[in-house]
Amino acid sequence: MESIDARKSWLAVLARAERATLEAAVIGLSPRPSWRVVKPAESGLAMVRGRAGGTGQQFNIGEMSVARCVVQVEGGAVGVGYVAGRDKRKAELVAVLDALLQDGPFAERLRRDLVAPLAQGQEAARQRVLSKAAATKVDFFTMVRGS
Amino acid sequence: MSGIVTPTQAALSPGFVEPVLDAQAAFRATLAALSHPGRIEELTLRLNPPAGVDAATAAACLTLLDGDTPVWLAPHAAADGAAAWIAFHTGAPVVSVAGKAAFAVMLDAASLPALEDFDWGSDEEPQRGATLIVQVPDLNAQGGWSLRGPGIATRAVLRIDGLPDSFLAARRAMSGAFPRGLDILFASGARLAALPRTTILEA
Amino acid sequence: MYVAVKGGERAIANAHAWLAESRRGDPAIPELSVAQIREQQKLAVDRVMTEGSLYDPDLAALALKQACGDQVEAIFLLRAYRTTLPRFGATLPIDTSAMTVRRRVSAVFKDIPGGQILGSTFDYTHRLLDFALMAEGEPAPAPVAAPAEEARVPGVIDVLNRENIIEVERPASGDPAPPDLTREPLRFPAPRAMRLQNLARGDEGFVLAMGYATQRGYGRTHPFAGEIRHGTVAVEMVPPELGFAVDIGDIELTECQMVNQFAGSKSEPPQFTRGYGVSFGHGERKAMGMALVDRALRAEELGEATDAPPNDIEFVLYHSDNVEAQGFVQHLKLPHYVDFQSELNVVRAMRRDAEAARQAALKEAAE
Repeated sequence: MESIDARKSWLAVLARAERATLEAAVIGLSPRPSWRVVKPAESGLAMVRGRAGGTGQQFNIGEMSVARCVVQVEGGAVGVGYVAGRDKRKAELVAVLDALLQDGPFAERLRRDLVAPLAQGQEAARQRVLSKAAATKVDFFTMVRGS
Repeated sequence: MSGIVTPTQAALSPGFVEPVLDAQAAFRATLAALSHPGRIEELTLRLNPPAGVDAATAAACLTLLDGDTPVWLAPHAAADGAAAWIAFHTGAPVVSVAGKAAFAVMLDAASLPALEDFDWGSDEEPQRGATLIVQVPDLNAQGGWSLRGPGIATRAVLRIDGLPDSFLAARRAMSGAFPRGLDILFASGARLAALPRTTILEA
Repeated sequence: MYVAVKGGERAIANAHAWLAESRRGDPAIPELSVAQIREQQKLAVDRVMTEGSLYDPDLAALALKQACGDQVEAIFLLRAYRTTLPRFGATLPIDTSAMTVRRRVSAVFKDIPGGQILGSTFDYTHRLLDFALMAEGEPAPAPVAAPAEEARVPGVIDVLNRENIIEVERPASGDPAPPDLTREPLRFPAPRAMRLQNLARGDEGFVLAMGYATQRGYGRTHPFAGEIRHGTVAVEMVPPELGFAVDIGDIELTECQMVNQFAGSKSEPPQFTRGYGVSFGHGERKAMGMALVDRALRAEELGEATDAPPNDIEFVLYHSDNVEAQGFVQHLKLPHYVDFQSELNVVRAMRRDAEAARQAALKEAAE
């Protein structure tokens, strides 16, 4: 079994992936994995909490939509998918991949061919945003009065 | 405070097959039972709860409990897989003090605690009064207590097996506290009946 | 008192059919897709999410389409929709210092670590209609520059508060879960957590006006924009099935830290105090208004005068919600026939009595 940290990091990557990418990754496996749905995929809400002043006491900002699903793959591992949005199929695919990544014949391959490139792509997208932001950085200078 | 549940084999037996439709059907049956006290409702949905949990008990839990409803599980229910199953599928936080619970689940009617142990709400907020889900060996529309009150045209008859002898007196005494009080759902097999706090029990 | 009125079903159905036709407008013009609204009317979508209190850009865009662009109607639709969904839990408090920052400016400190980042903003535009937008055409891609090495951008105030002259925001003792207005009614005196939730979902116009009033002297708070930031933050929650926090994706947020002069009190030395505002998506005006009002509502706690409307917790919190407000105002359209009939009788009787009294007075004068 993988450590909690490893599991947290692939879940974060999978949660940000496009559903089609995850679908293709699961379909591409041979032999095709099978799973049992333990908690059927459903969409619901999570209350988003913030802190006064960013660091102070907690308060509720508002809700966000979340989809979730729990599956058990053949062979035993239980996978859990919680993803922002209402895409129930995506939550199920994340749960399936979470189970497959924990152990079994596909774990290594999925980590290398799915999770690693996805993580790279997501980081590149983040860098693109940061580089546009960097282009709008200003250096204010105060005019000296009365000179 | 939310009970963290590691999925065990018992917990992993599925909940509702059709979460939305089944919950709606179970809610309908619960609503009918509560609005016609004494009437026995039969659930028709497929459900495979862990050993010791009747289908109607399970359906009531899956329908009424969620992350916002602290639940107290009677010790015998908490001991076996039932607790894990209920917590896993409903996400309800499990509390150890009966008086802090919005819902209480008892699989063994004979060891039902004193009604005073639960939260009856306040005169200002009677809706905070707890709902008990009590699993009993049998429910019968004949040969039992006579019920009257809202939702009953003249009189209804309900026999609830397996309750402690003290229940009748305690439940009748509770009527004096109205609008404070407890709403009680009785589950047996796939059947459900209710004694909301508005119902007056006669011997 | 409202009286049930029967009939009118066909008129209602026909009115709704006409609404659907009006919503579509001229069929010769291509229909607007939900995705187009989401992408190209983003700030309208963001406001609907903030006040609808549900972060879901697709649904907010759909609500706007359905509401023919009427913001408050769209907000109402989103609020109604959220009541149909189960809640899986609450997220961990978001960490805005870990935001992927798109914009971040401070009006109190000039030289801030990471610099002043303007982001995409209407500020410094000339507010001249751009007729070029009437023609189709793709904009040039935005320029890029090398981003800072350090991705984490801590709050300006927290970093530069070396003299400890600005109030420090710390979690409450034991860091308790906050009260939730969607689960429990407003109660007074309302704690700050409840006020912040109320303001976060409050009407932008109302919150802005209340904040503006503080600047004009009704509950002066002498504010400075300590920091405004906009970007995306990761959201984490603890699924009960796992027992540890997982990252479920990003949401876009705007945050405003207002810094306010404070003369001090018996227990507190003179210092700067703070007000906080936040909105889903990009909503600076709302976040700033909220921060001003948050601070104004702290007047009593800080021992200041509380005689202006923006200091009146009950007044502000009871009138900030546009779904409630529009409901109560618009309910006046519902049949009040019996109500009005009884008032008519009362007024007629009063008039009869007044007339009788006048006649009696005239008669008396004549005699």
